[in-house]
Parts: sequence; C-alpha cells; structure tokens
Amino acid sequence: MSGGVDSAVAAARAVDAGHEVIGVHLALSRMPGTLRTGSRGCCTIEDSMDAQRAANKLGIPYYVWDFSERFKIDVVDDFVAEYQAGRTPNPCMRCNERIKFAALLERGLSLGFDAVCTGHYASIYKDDAGNLELHRSLAMAKDQSYVLGVLNAEQLSHSMFPLGATASKDLIRQEAAERGLTVANKPDSYDICFIPEGDTREWLRDFIPTEPGKIVDTEGNQLGEHDGHVGFTIGQRKGLKIGTPAKDGKPRYVLEIRPKTKEVVVGPEEALQISDLFGARYTWCGKAPQKPEEYFECDVQVRAHGDTVPALAAIVDGAMHVELKEPLYGVAAGQTAVVYLGTRVLGQMTIDSTKSKVPASV
Amino acid sequence: MSVFLDHASTTALRPSAKKALTDALELLGNPSSVHSQGRSTRELLEASRDAVAKAVGANRSEIIFNSGGTEGNNHAIKGIYWDRMQSDANKTVIISSETEHHAVIDPVQWLEKNQGAKVYYVKHFQNGMVDFDSLKALISEHGPTIALITLMWVNNETGVITDIPRVVEMANEFQIPVHTDAVAALGHIPLDFQASGLTAMSLSGHKVGAPIGVGALVVSRSAKPISLVHGGGQERALRSGTMNYSLAASFAAAATEAIADLDKEMSRLALLRDEMETRVTQLVPSAIVTATGADRAGYNAHFIFPGTQSDALLFLLDQEGVCVSAGSACQAGVLGPSHVAIGMGFDQAEASACVRVTLGFTTTAADTTAFLDALAKIHPIALQAAPA
Repeated sequence: MSGGVDSAVAAARAVDAGHEVIGVHLALSRMPGTLRTGSRGCCTIEDSMDAQRAANKLGIPYYVWDFSERFKIDVVDDFVAEYQAGRTPNPCMRCNERIKFAALLERGLSLGFDAVCTGHYASIYKDDAGNLELHRSLAMAKDQSYVLGVLNAEQLSHSMFPLGATASKDLIRQEAAERGLTVANKPDSYDICFIPEGDTREWLRDFIPTEPGKIVDTEGNQLGEHDGHVGFTIGQRKGLKIGTPAKDGKPRYVLEIRPKTKEVVVGPEEALQISDLFGARYTWCGKAPQKPEEYFECDVQVRAHGDTVPALAAIVDGAMHVELKEPLYGVAAGQTAVVYLGTRVLGQMTIDSTKSKVPASV
Repeated sequence: MSVFLDHASTTALRPSAKKALTDALELLGNPSSVHSQGRSTRELLEASRDAVAKAVGANRSEIIFNSGGTEGNNHAIKGIYWDRMQSDANKTVIISSETEHHAVIDPVQWLEKNQGAKVYYVKHFQNGMVDFDSLKALISEHGPTIALITLMWVNNETGVITDIPRVVEMANEFQIPVHTDAVAALGHIPLDFQASGLTAMSLSGHKVGAPIGVGALVVSRSAKPISLVHGGGQERALRSGTMNYSLAASFAAAATEAIADLDKEMSRLALLRDEMETRVTQLVPSAIVTATGADRAGYNAHFIFPGTQSDALLFLLDQEGVCVSAGSACQAGVLGPSHVAIGMGFDQAEASACVRVTLGFTTTAADTTAFLDALAKIHPIALQAAPA
C-alpha cells in the first residue's frame, strides 16, 4: 500500500473477496521526506500514514517493510548505471521485476502468504488450458500492463490485480470515497518516486560526473562540444549549440549517445524513425509461444503510456528481433519493448539496439 | 485480546492516575491567577510537585513539569551547554554514549553539527555496561573543556543500569555538570536525585502509568540551564507556559504508586523476566540474552535471535497477538538495526535481529507464557523468512 487511492481500493476489494489481507507499505528510501511534494506518490512519512489510515479503515493489519537497501541496489543504482551507459531505463519496471514481485513476494511467501495484491491497472485471466495470462486493464487510459510485462508465469500465479476490470480511475476514486477512504481525492503520482524534484537530468548530475565530449554526425565529423552526455536524450533537438548548419539546412536531432567515446551523435529527423528493435534480455509473460523462432504477428509498445504499433517478432540467435510495420520515433536503448497479442502481454525485452528506417546521412 | 509486553514503550494508565486526571479536569482556574480558583489549582499543582519530588529524592523546587522525556533531554543538554558556553567559551566538549536514546543522541549531535560542540562517547562492555576506565580517560583528557556529561540511568532497550552516582563523583574533579535520562529508570530502580549529585534528570510520566504528554526535568537548585521557551516565567522561568495541573496531578499519582510498590514489583518482575529468559534460551538455544551479567532493571529482556530479522519476528508475533518491540522505529515505521546493540559491539546482522520484551505492573505469568508459546511457534518461520 503506497498511500495512494489505487492500492487502498485494491486492498479493500481483496478483503471483500474473502482473502486474509495484510497491508504492507514498502519503505524504499532510507531518508524519507516528511511531506509529499509535487507529483510523487510514495515514500514519504505522509504517504506511509495515508496507507496506515486506509488499512485501519479496512480493518486489516499494517506493516512497513524496509526494502530500501534492495531498492537502492536493484533500482536506483541500476537506473544510474543505465544512464551512464547511454541507455534510458524504466525504474518502475525494475521495481516490479526485482522488488514488488520478487523480494516482497518472496518474503510474503516465506511468511505464509499466497500472493501480492497491488493497485496496478491490469488483469490476469486463465486461458482454456488453465495457463495464466496478463492482459491490459479495461481502463485503457490508466493501463499499466506495460510495467508488469516483466512478470513470468510463476510471478503471475502469485499476483492479484483487482482493479483491472474497472473501466476508469474515476470509478476507483468514487468507490474509495464511498468506502470512506481518506485518500479518495489524493492526486495521481506520475514522476519517478526517488527523484524528489522530478528533474531526472539534474538529479543524475549528483551521481554521474559530467565529462565534456564531442557532438558528431553519423560519419564521425565533429560539429560541436557538450559538457556531459547524461544531459542528452534521444530525439532531443534543442540546446545542442551546433555552430555549423546541416548541408540541407534542416534541424538535427540526437540519434545516439556513445558513453565510451563520450560522443553524442546527431542527424536528421528521419533517422529517428526506428524500424527494428533488438534485445538479448527478454522474458515471456506467462506461457511462451510454441515456436518463438518463427516470426509472429504482434503489437509492440515501448513506453509506459505510448502508442502501440503492429510488428513481427521472433527470437533470432538468442535475441528478440522486432520488425515494426510502422516506424516508432526516437526509441532509446535501455527502454523496454512489451509485445502484445491483442490485449494480452506476451513478453518483453530490454532494447539493446535499434535500426533506423532511413539510413542516416548528413 | 492481545498480550502487551512492550511496557518500556508505554505502560497502562494506572487507575489512580486516571482518577487524579479526571478529578483535576473538573476544576477551573489558571494556577498563576491570584483569585480563589487559581489558588486551588495552584495548590493541586504544588502538591503534585511535592509528590514527584518525594518519589525521586529531590527538593520540590527542583521539579520542572514539562511534556516528557524528549523535552527534558533537549532542555537539559542544550540548556546546560549554552549556560556553560556563556561563562566559558572553551567548554565545548560533551561526553555521552552511543547507546543513549535518540532523545539524547539527537540534541547532542545537533549541538555538534550546528554549534561547534565536540562530542566524545564512552565505551561499553559487550553486556552494555559503561567502561568507567574510558569515562575516566575522557574526563582526564578533556576536563576543563567539558561542558557536560549526559549518560542514561537505565537503558531503554537492554535495561542495563549505569552507576550514575559514580559518574558524578568522577565528574566532580572538574565540577562538570551531569545530566541523566532516567525515563527508563523511574519506577523500576530507586532514584535519589539529591544523593546522586546530579545537575539534571529527565523523567516521563507515561512510563509509570500516567498519560502520555507529561514529565519533568529535575534541575538542581544551583543550576540554571538556558530555557528552550520564553514567556510568562513559570516553573522557575525554565518552562514558560500555563501550568498543566491536571497532567501534573496524574503524573504525581502514578509516580507515587510506582514508588510505593517498587521493591515488591522489582522482585516480582525480575523473577518473571528471569524465568522467561531461561525458557527462551531453552526454546531457541542460539538466542542471545544481550545484557547477561550486567546490572539490569528487572522489567526488561533483550534478545538477539541470530538468523532472523526483527521485523519478521515482530510481524509474526503480532499475528499471534503478542506485542513486543525491537528498539526504536523511525517515524515511517521502519525498524533499523538497534543502535544500542551496535554500541555494545554486536554486528549489523545481530543488531537487526533484536527483540525487546518489557514487563509492567499489569504483567502476569500468563503474558510471558503466551509470549513463549508464540515464540516457539513462529521462530522456525522467522528463520525461513526471506530478508527484506
């Protein structure tokens, strides 16, 4: 229970369904703030108290479990390391993969519990053969199946998402109000929980030394200089401070970050149109396809609330290859591509590399 | 119905304290007012002061009523430090211990961080007793520059007693004021403020059966710690603000009753506690009784269960209806490793596997038996529990 409205209602529904429910608040920061600020939705003492009040209202015991050390290593350090390596990670996904549905689940199971129940907007269904499948939530605007794409069959069998069949968040808020939960009108959180001011780049500067480097075109010609690659993001156009204009006079965009050589590669907008994704770190969410080495039709999503595009996917030489039927714009290594069959999450991969639709030339 | 074995965190309201409170709440009158109703509440306040003074061997003028232990510790430590600095800017050294309550450690470290205090900590033996040789060495080395010494009389986690009169005796060589946090001592060991030679002593009401929110700082007549609050000059001008005669009366009733029963309760609880410790080590042979061989208050048992984590133990015991604690939890409810156990020389893993069981005036053998039964049931699960 984060202290937000979703997990409070999820807990309430689990209680109503007749389960023996214990409210657990994850302490993820060693130095929690006192009051909630901005759009962060957890990890402060105020949030912990909101969660406790909700648990009391539901008549369930409530405990704070300290996962701050695991969170630091598995999520925060990973986040920093990924950026340092020039990739763009999704820390919520890491948290689900390594904390909520791993460390927390493991602890719960060892203490005699059966499942982790969360307020994620997603649904678990059984297929005709009894296999568990993860699906998008009915409330498409809030769908969080993307960040749960890392769950495997075993984790799915110990997970409960009671909000998946609700059509909208407004209905959840309404239900919370009817249940007398004080968090009914608490604002949504959408920033990264461990970045207090919401400014990722500024926050990263404290962890990653800024080393100046060159801004180059795809052929390696130096166009300018930068004061640290961490400040850049794929698809960025502004603030490049390139003196020489492109030959065609069009604006240039960040295409690639090369931490080893400290180079930031820029090029034309067309080069951001990505047609292929490759990733060796992939998992299946539930039952794997029968013949994953044969290309199959699917839909692919690369951001938590991004659009999906139709694609063909297969496992080729031990890595997932996704061939997009429509290009995606500015996809960065480190992002997660989640593969859907209709509303079902089939699996996911961390993107190692991409291929541009238009070979870059300047 | 749950079994409450966490009396060091707070104990049950004594019926006498409840009656004193509700009776006092019927009265009307500011104790500082000059009219008849003011005089009547003032009389109740002063009679309460007499009673608390008697309970701890102090002069009535030495009892400064306040909100409790944290306020008393802050007032004594900062107030004495500021007073000493005013008369001699070289007196910047504070001697304390790493096993103190946070209500002592934090004001001491606040002075260190914000006001240039230099802090030295005494050493402890592994059973929690103060190593007086280390105290003596610190006093010899820093004598004329020491602003104050603050050491608790009874440790709130382990129950270990420090020989406070001996601390004062050693401090007298350089006329160093000594403050003690006696919150965990009141009602559990005899306290004689005047005989001890202390400069200041913090007390809390709710640890002896008064409501939460009342306590006293005992300040010797010769001392004048700088006040934390300024206003109407009440309580020797050391604690301005309208005097809370109702809570003072309740505190007085609780303290009086606790002291009257002291000898009998001390031996009754120590017997229960000792039996419980023996049974625990039979049930769990690997269990460590941390303060073995130390001088200890009789109501306190402190265990380390190697291979477990405090929060899993507490969770599982709570599920069995047994309320115990692991030391101090932070505001968010997170249990860290016990800084007291660390201060005694235990390692991080051991300090994260502590359970404190504390007995009180309502405790019976049925309670400790319930704890032992629950422990026997849950300890194997706690050993299997995945770490957080």
